[in-house]
Amino acid sequence: MTCLQVTKLQDALQALAGGGVTVIAGGTDWFPAQGDRPIRGGLLDITGLGALSGISRQGTEWRIGATTTWSALAAANLPPGFDGLRAAARQVGSVQVQNAGTIAGNICNASPAADGVPPLLALLARVELASVRGTRHLALADFLLGPRRTARAPDELVTALILPDPGAAVSGFAKLGARRYLVISIAMVAANLTLHQGRITAARIAVGACAPVAMRLPAWEAALEGHPLSQPLPVPDLQTLAPLTDVRATAAYRRAAVATLLTDLVTDLIAKGAS
Amino acid sequence: MDFILNGAPVSADPTPGERLSQTLRDRLSASEVKVGCNAGDCGACTVLVDGLPVCACITPAHQARGKRVDTVKGLLQTPEGQRLVASFQAHQAAQCGICTPGMMVAAVALLRAVPAPSVVQVQDALGGVLCRCTGYRKIIDAVMDATPAAIAPGGVGTAMARLDGLAKITGAEAYGDDVAPLGAWVVKVIRSPHARADFAFGDLQAVAALGLTVLTAADVPGRNAFGVIPAYVDQPIFAQRQTRFRGEAVAAIVGEAAVVAAFDPEDFPVDWTPLPALTSPAEALAPGAPLVHPDRAGNVMCRGRVRRGDVAAALETADIVVEGRFQTGFVEHAAIEPEAGFAQQVGGRLEIHACTQAPGMDLESMAEILGMDRADIRIVPTAVGGGFGTKLDLSVQPYVALAALKTGRPCRITYSRSCSMQSTTKRHPSAIHMQIGATRDGQLTAMRFDGDFDTGAYASWGPTVANRVPVHASGPYLVPHYLAETRAIHTNGPPSGAFRGFGVPQSAFALESLLEDLAARLGIDPLELRLRNALRNGDATVCGQVFDQGVGIGACLRALRPAYDLARVEIAALGAGGRFRRGVGVASGWYGCGNTSLPNPSTIRAGIRPDGALVLHQGAMDIGQGANTVIAQIFATALGAPVDCLVLIGPDTDLTPDAGKTSASRQTFVTGNAALRAGLALRAALTTRLNVAPDAALTFLPGQVRAGGQSLSLAALPPDRFGYALSTEQSYDPPTRPLDADGQGAPYAQFGYAAHLAVVEVDTALGLVRPLRFTAAHDVGRAINPLLVEGQVQGGIAQGLGMALMEEYIPGRTENLHDYLIPTIGDLPPIETLIIEEPDAHGPLGAKGLGEHVLIPTAPAIVNAIRDATGVALHRLPVTPARLRAALTEPRHD
Ligand SMILES: Cc1cc2nc3c(=O)[nH]c(=O)nc-3n(C[C@H](O)[C@H](O)[C@H](O)COP(=O)(O)OP(=O)(O)OC[C@H]3O[C@@H](n4cnc5c(N)ncnc54)[C@H](O)[C@@H]3O)c2cc1C
Ligand code: FES
Ligand code: FES
Repeated sequence: MTCLQVTKLQDALQALAGGGVTVIAGGTDWFPAQGDRPIRGGLLDITGLGALSGISRQGTEWRIGATTTWSALAAANLPPGFDGLRAAARQVGSVQVQNAGTIAGNICNASPAADGVPPLLALLARVELASVRGTRHLALADFLLGPRRTARAPDELVTALILPDPGAAVSGFAKLGARRYLVISIAMVAANLTLHQGRITAARIAVGACAPVAMRLPAWEAALEGHPLSQPLPVPDLQTLAPLTDVRATAAYRRAAVATLLTDLVTDLIAKGAS
Repeated sequence: MDFILNGAPVSADPTPGERLSQTLRDRLSASEVKVGCNAGDCGACTVLVDGLPVCACITPAHQARGKRVDTVKGLLQTPEGQRLVASFQAHQAAQCGICTPGMMVAAVALLRAVPAPSVVQVQDALGGVLCRCTGYRKIIDAVMDATPAAIAPGGVGTAMARLDGLAKITGAEAYGDDVAPLGAWVVKVIRSPHARADFAFGDLQAVAALGLTVLTAADVPGRNAFGVIPAYVDQPIFAQRQTRFRGEAVAAIVGEAAVVAAFDPEDFPVDWTPLPALTSPAEALAPGAPLVHPDRAGNVMCRGRVRRGDVAAALETADIVVEGRFQTGFVEHAAIEPEAGFAQQVGGRLEIHACTQAPGMDLESMAEILGMDRADIRIVPTAVGGGFGTKLDLSVQPYVALAALKTGRPCRITYSRSCSMQSTTKRHPSAIHMQIGATRDGQLTAMRFDGDFDTGAYASWGPTVANRVPVHASGPYLVPHYLAETRAIHTNGPPSGAFRGFGVPQSAFALESLLEDLAARLGIDPLELRLRNALRNGDATVCGQVFDQGVGIGACLRALRPAYDLARVEIAALGAGGRFRRGVGVASGWYGCGNTSLPNPSTIRAGIRPDGALVLHQGAMDIGQGANTVIAQIFATALGAPVDCLVLIGPDTDLTPDAGKTSASRQTFVTGNAALRAGLALRAALTTRLNVAPDAALTFLPGQVRAGGQSLSLAALPPDRFGYALSTEQSYDPPTRPLDADGQGAPYAQFGYAAHLAVVEVDTALGLVRPLRFTAAHDVGRAINPLLVEGQVQGGIAQGLGMALMEEYIPGRTENLHDYLIPTIGDLPPIETLIIEEPDAHGPLGAKGLGEHVLIPTAPAIVNAIRDATGVALHRLPVTPARLRAALTEPRHD
């Protein structure tokens, strides 16, 4: 039983190829899941991999390193298209959790209520996966298979999220919970909108905690595209959602609340974009 | 692995996957890092790593390599730290203190970045640390106060800092998990994963072969049962053959820390056969339901009843009758400190060091369980990181005691958060039906109350709840015709026990909601309706008890008037309709201090040593409410000595006489009276010997006491059996009379009174309730320490708010602080406390109890404010967003 602390990506990938090790980054999902049970197998701590952390722009794309923390994201100087992601970053758990928790940890943990996922979906994020076998990219929607299930092979490491430049889009995020801090979302919504000459010209809308994985709303996006800003918004089309009833809320409530959250968010963004 | 801890290089060798909190506490003696949940949910363990706050409990220890780690202890030396220590003391921002190191660390990080933060900045920065005691507002005040000035120590009436405050703020205070000797063996309890199951052990030898000692029912030398009420001692230490609730103990393993840590409890050889379980009183009462205890027919554990006048006739003839059904769920105490402690054998005796609210009761129970003489057991309570009723019952004590006796070694245990939540007591779920009759002009004439309380699998304090509720369900109102009946019903839920208010918050929810109905139907202002019916001096309560003095509910309600009228004007100005609506609600409460018609004496010993030191043996457990300070202030005032020169000893069953349990809002009242008597007795002994007037000013000097030009040399007096030059032991037991079969009698020597006002904003689209402010009027008779009064009130309101809006424990589903939500620092609005002092003839210097009164009116005040805002009456707590939205959109069923 070991805790490998690597500084070179190759060493990390080798260790993963050898099997029997679990990746740990911020540990904010890993420890609560582990609880008091004895730890079997080795750990691979990837927070020492400098190349995996930080945000950079490469041509028409942005790269957010896997171990970039929520705090780093919230503090980063990014165009308004990232406002939604940064707003989500500021609402993950608490300051303590934001200082440790990483963006790749969030998507790898694949909770239906992961706050990072809707804004990343609205940003058309792709996941970069590396292994000794090579590097591949998956659309985030293809990476997330279900609650706690991803398309990551056991020997793969998520190394970054790759996002097309959101251009002049405005974006936002709204989270609904039963208390102010440290709260898992009952539901959350994210939107990236491009506004041009009095109309919505592009809309990317995503909803979390209302289906096994967070999902975009293509039907409502289509209804919004071309919509004149001066007109009342079309009613959100939520047919594709499959919310559950759990301790946090009923399915019926989630459906109704999401419609309100979406309308509020898009209305706010239009006001913001117009000003 | 090397890193810098609090500025000094240290080296440690953590195991892979070890939590940084464990490395700091166990390997580097940094016990100022507190652990409340081990899951990132409470923030008690907050430390700085390279200047950034993180939860040490979910930080891999290995990640500290080469970094700077700062705990509260190190940060005390910084300018921000020093300023915060002073202001936390001045504002009494620490109650039990278990959250305080985490709060301090988070606050230092904030002040470094933002030297003069706003309220919202403080909330954002401290939002990751939960506090169950304070209601957070004093913490916000403390962080924002740049030039804190504490009030100088003084006697009764002085808002001085807590005498034990500094240790809590600096992290020096030792709680249940902080006291075990190095190398103590560790105990882990094996618990039932099923609400009801038959079980059989497999090969226990296989466990022993791993180097672990196994404890089962066979190892209990005395009585394999515990409980708090003699006739209802029914909960086994270890179940035999069948378990009655999820989380019930069946066995325990004991061994070296590393061996226990390596053992997965899932591997314990036990076969479970799950059985159908009773999950609600309705199921338990159904004909043919299995009996949880064979000797308790129909699963009814006990009943309570108070009857006065002729309720049926009065309801018949009333001008108006309102009625409703009300429901509440299990509420978890969620003290941030999980149950913890250790036991060891010392010179043929057994010592149990653990967090507790009731050392005297612990001693009695442990003697029975262990089959030992009480004289052979010593209970040494540690500091208590929050109790609220749950630490009145035994939890860890039998396990560490049995382990220490069987292995001959010091043995420790700390409950995990989920184990704590599964196995310790809860607030009783309730199902209440109530009818209220009144005259056209709003005079109450009759009340009928029927309440079923889910007492879970074992009795705990269920009988007390069943008895207290009928006495209190009338509220502090004059009700000539009354019948209140309760049943405590067994289910296969966790044992329900004592939780701040013993069932009265549940009954107040029903009563105060119905009064709102009545006010609306009669067109009477809700505050006026309550005032019209408020008990006055000379009125008979529903138990027929007449207080000629000290009835303060009228004064409390009148004190709310300005805030009420202001809120009305504000709300009217906003206009009706719209998505966001505001409302104001009020509710009252009363609560009898001390045991219901049962003796509950407290004894205080005090002495003056030959060297002149004044020693107070203070046996009343301070669980954050402030007994250490209040009792000392009362004693010092009675004696006429400066409070800050007292040496406090105890609680410790070897060193302090029994001051009873910290419950029933009795310590300030009952132990306070004992302290008053002790102070007066010591004063009399001194003034007699000095030959001065009984009220002469005394001057305490090394080795002597002076008064009126006389001097008494203490060394000249022969030391008594305790080694004191002079000492005294004084007791007080509140005068009560038994209740007859109709609940008529004198259950309490005094009641305390309260009225709360809540202003809320409701987002009708999302069903979200945002409390905007509270005004709380409390009649405390005499505020011994006004700042402590405010602290109790604010903390109580926080718990009442949680009960109203978010808290519901569901076995198997909300067994952690992630899914079981308690209010955070962002959920508490400003709270104004109006202290009413209607002196009580029995209280020490007029003082009344307060600890439980503080949350009784809160939930109904909030629910009434929601109704005022939206027109919808909620009959079920908590009012979650989903429930409120459903109520707002669906036709009403009741
Ligand atoms: C108190 C608390 C509150 C929280 N609140 C929220 C909240 O409000 N919203 C929210 O969305 N989340 C919340 N979380 C969850 C958590 O903080 C986030 O999901 C976080 O982003 C996880 O990142 P991490 O680095 O800590 O992951 P870790 O715990 O280190 O890892 C999580 C999982 O991902 C795997 N993993 C991590 N990185 C990689 C990688 N690069 N490649 C492959 N596998 C990897 C690990 O093996 C592990 O299985 C909360 C957690 C806590 C403790
Ligand atoms: S103990 Fe670390 S957050 Fe609770
Ligand atoms: S003082 Fe904060 S938890 Fe007790």
